[in-house]
Amino acid sequence: MKLFVGTVLLAALSFGSGAFAQTAPTTLTIGVRSETSSLDPHWTQFPQDKQVEDHIFERLVAMDPNSRPIPALATSWKPINDNTWEFQLRRDVKWHDGKPFTADDVVFTFDRLRAGIAGAPASPAFVLANGNKQIKKVDDHTVHIQTTGPFPTMPEELAFFSIVAAHRAQGVTPSVDFNNGRATIGTGPYRFAEFRPGERVVVERNPDYWGAKPEWDRVVFRPITQDATRLAALMNGDVDIIDYPPTPDLPRLRQQNSGYSVSEIASDRVIYIQFSYRDLEPFVKNLDGSPATVNPLRDVRVRKAMSLAINRDAIRDRIMGGASLPTGNIVPPGFFGYAEQLKPDPFSADEARKLLQQAGFEKGFKITLHGPNNRYINDQAIIEAIAQMWTRVGIQTEVNTMPRNIFFTDVIRGDPMTIPGFDVGKFSVWLSGWGTASGEAVYTVRGLLESFNPEAGSGNANWGRYTNARVDSLSRKARVTLDPAARLPLLVQATEIGLRDYALVPIHFQVNNWAFKATLNHRPRVNERTYAWDVTKR
Amino acid sequence: MSVFILRRVMESVFVILVMTFLVFFGVSVIGSPIDIFAAQECDQRCRAELAQRFGLDRPIWEQYILFLGNALRGELGNSFQHGLPALQVILHRAPATLELAFSAVFIAFAVGVPLGMWAGLRPSAWSSRAIMTLSTVGFSVPTFWIGLIFIMVFALWLGWLPAIGRGQTVSIFGLELSIFTLDGLSHLVLPATTLALFNIALLIRLTRAGVGEVLQSEYVRFARAKGLQPSRILLVHVLKNIMIPVVTVIGIEFGGTIAFAVVTETIFSWPGMGKLLIDAIEVLDRPLIVAYLILVVVLFVTINLIVDILYSVLDPRVRLGGRAR
Repeated sequence: MKLFVGTVLLAALSFGSGAFAQTAPTTLTIGVRSETSSLDPHWTQFPQDKQVEDHIFERLVAMDPNSRPIPALATSWKPINDNTWEFQLRRDVKWHDGKPFTADDVVFTFDRLRAGIAGAPASPAFVLANGNKQIKKVDDHTVHIQTTGPFPTMPEELAFFSIVAAHRAQGVTPSVDFNNGRATIGTGPYRFAEFRPGERVVVERNPDYWGAKPEWDRVVFRPITQDATRLAALMNGDVDIIDYPPTPDLPRLRQQNSGYSVSEIASDRVIYIQFSYRDLEPFVKNLDGSPATVNPLRDVRVRKAMSLAINRDAIRDRIMGGASLPTGNIVPPGFFGYAEQLKPDPFSADEARKLLQQAGFEKGFKITLHGPNNRYINDQAIIEAIAQMWTRVGIQTEVNTMPRNIFFTDVIRGDPMTIPGFDVGKFSVWLSGWGTASGEAVYTVRGLLESFNPEAGSGNANWGRYTNARVDSLSRKARVTLDPAARLPLLVQATEIGLRDYALVPIHFQVNNWAFKATLNHRPRVNERTYAWDVTKR
Repeated sequence: MSVFILRRVMESVFVILVMTFLVFFGVSVIGSPIDIFAAQECDQRCRAELAQRFGLDRPIWEQYILFLGNALRGELGNSFQHGLPALQVILHRAPATLELAFSAVFIAFAVGVPLGMWAGLRPSAWSSRAIMTLSTVGFSVPTFWIGLIFIMVFALWLGWLPAIGRGQTVSIFGLELSIFTLDGLSHLVLPATTLALFNIALLIRLTRAGVGEVLQSEYVRFARAKGLQPSRILLVHVLKNIMIPVVTVIGIEFGGTIAFAVVTETIFSWPGMGKLLIDAIEVLDRPLIVAYLILVVVLFVTINLIVDILYSVLDPRVRLGGRAR
């Protein structure tokens, strides 16, 4: 034991003498809710993977904290004709091993994605399939991307995947060689240092970075799944900043003298109630419990009544600890295509009852509200609250929540009618969420409001199979309108028509919170990702 | 003995077969990993492609037969999430869990047995009553709560120990272990003690009951009458005779401790197998879940085997059983 202590002392001394020579390296430790599964940027689409990868690898187009596209590896872009976008690549960019970055790397990345990443559970290859994007190298610092038909959201979509080094990632084993550092050579502000699955990911400053000099010498990501433990780790000093602080603790953390600060921003993730529009619904029943012979959810008055019956402010104040933005919209404020006219429905139980009466359901009906219980912030509590609010106006609502791994399969294809290629959902009304990840409305209108159409790839999260010909034609037109000034009104109109028809009922936008030491500053992001360059010393 | 071991092995093969069947079909009934992994903008075509990649587009019985065929060749499939052979992913995390479980059992043994003996020797003393009350608490309080309280008291209020994670490791025979560094030990104390509490309580009760019973026996009275030193009576005659149930329970509980480690690991963010399993269930990483459970079955069978062998070492009656009759 004595020997042991001696060794430790010696080690400490030698460390100390080294530290005198230069200023101590600065380390930022980030406690994150979910574990990073891979550092291969084309392996998954999980935010917990992307946010770490983004420190090492860069995309052609990056996103600012408000999810607007900003230049990264591409300095500028413009459509040169109806089917072609031209991207100018940044010169003087070097990979972490010193080799220059060129158009060949971009072409390689496209090829890698298109060839398919062996074993990858969710590569972003579908982004290329969208519009059938073909890349052509013009010179070392110019590429053309061709599509079938005009493709206005090209820059936003190119922000979905990172560029990897052709000379490094050629022929490597996907995921594995990125986790051990062999192929983890990027152009980003930080370099790969260490990846211990389940324990930590460490990245180090890239002194040759082309952009703003990164503040921290080392950044450590530590996964801490439990909310309470993550908070404890912050208070204990094990980590400097955490994502998703538990909402009940927010008021305490916000206090001036708590020693901690909280950053917050309305996120791009809208929480909403979605309906199923079949003739007969398995979870809609008459008051005596017999199956309903008509589907009341097909009546817009019923859907409006259900929206009016929800007290969104109460949900914000009582359930979310103030951390939500009640809304009547699906695209967050400030995003391209935000429909300003749409306001959250004011809570009015009387109005709701009146509407139900007009629709011929003055006695109400029975319904089961389904939803996940571990996917969105306080999802189960929100569902329970809404069920009570609906019951109050006469719609007797039962609640059935389940873990997300059960919920999402069931909501998409849980009905026994499902056959391969033809999904039938199980539920009649449910709570779900959608993040406008691209930062503009084409993505969301197409995914949520457009009719379900596997060939066109539209209505992807329109699990209730809402169909509205006017929404469809406006949205389809917006998707091929290159001129932003002409595209904007199309999107706004499509959103307004869909939501005034109560295709779905938005509840609120989640508010993203981070909690950190009061000696730091943090610039929050709408898209929920945590980046080291958003954290600065105060 | 070899027939005995052979029978055990065959039994375990059967158990594993039944278990893979249950897990395989159970996990498939729950849901599809595709819907977890696919990004929200991944459309029908993209989802169909994913299903094909994982072989999930085939009928479930076909997937199962395929799995059995591969398993016979020793391949349990690649983890969806990690893209590596499932067994490799698990074994990579095994040292952390085993280290935690061994430490917990060690603590349980070192604390539980002496306290139990004390309580057994002086059943009516107030100290014994206090010990017994504590053991009741240890039984009834759930692990996750104790873990959080430990974190609050020792990491937050007192600031003595780190709240989360595993400390510095050193490589010993290729195993990454943290019990040989100060930093590692400081990280280990809280989770190991949390995990040990239930076993401490169990061992206290078991030892006390055993001591109480053995003290009444003829051979202890005889040893007393013979004038042997009390310490010798206690440490040789009593201790040896109460060891049989203690060893049985420790053996069974060791398996249980590894299983219970799931909760403890999650709370303390301990990067072990248990946390891996939880994460795997979360995303329905079926190969990983199946491989983990196969490993646990093998583990339990092996532990039981070792316990049986230990019996024969501790108790000659077991060893000689066949001949004495």
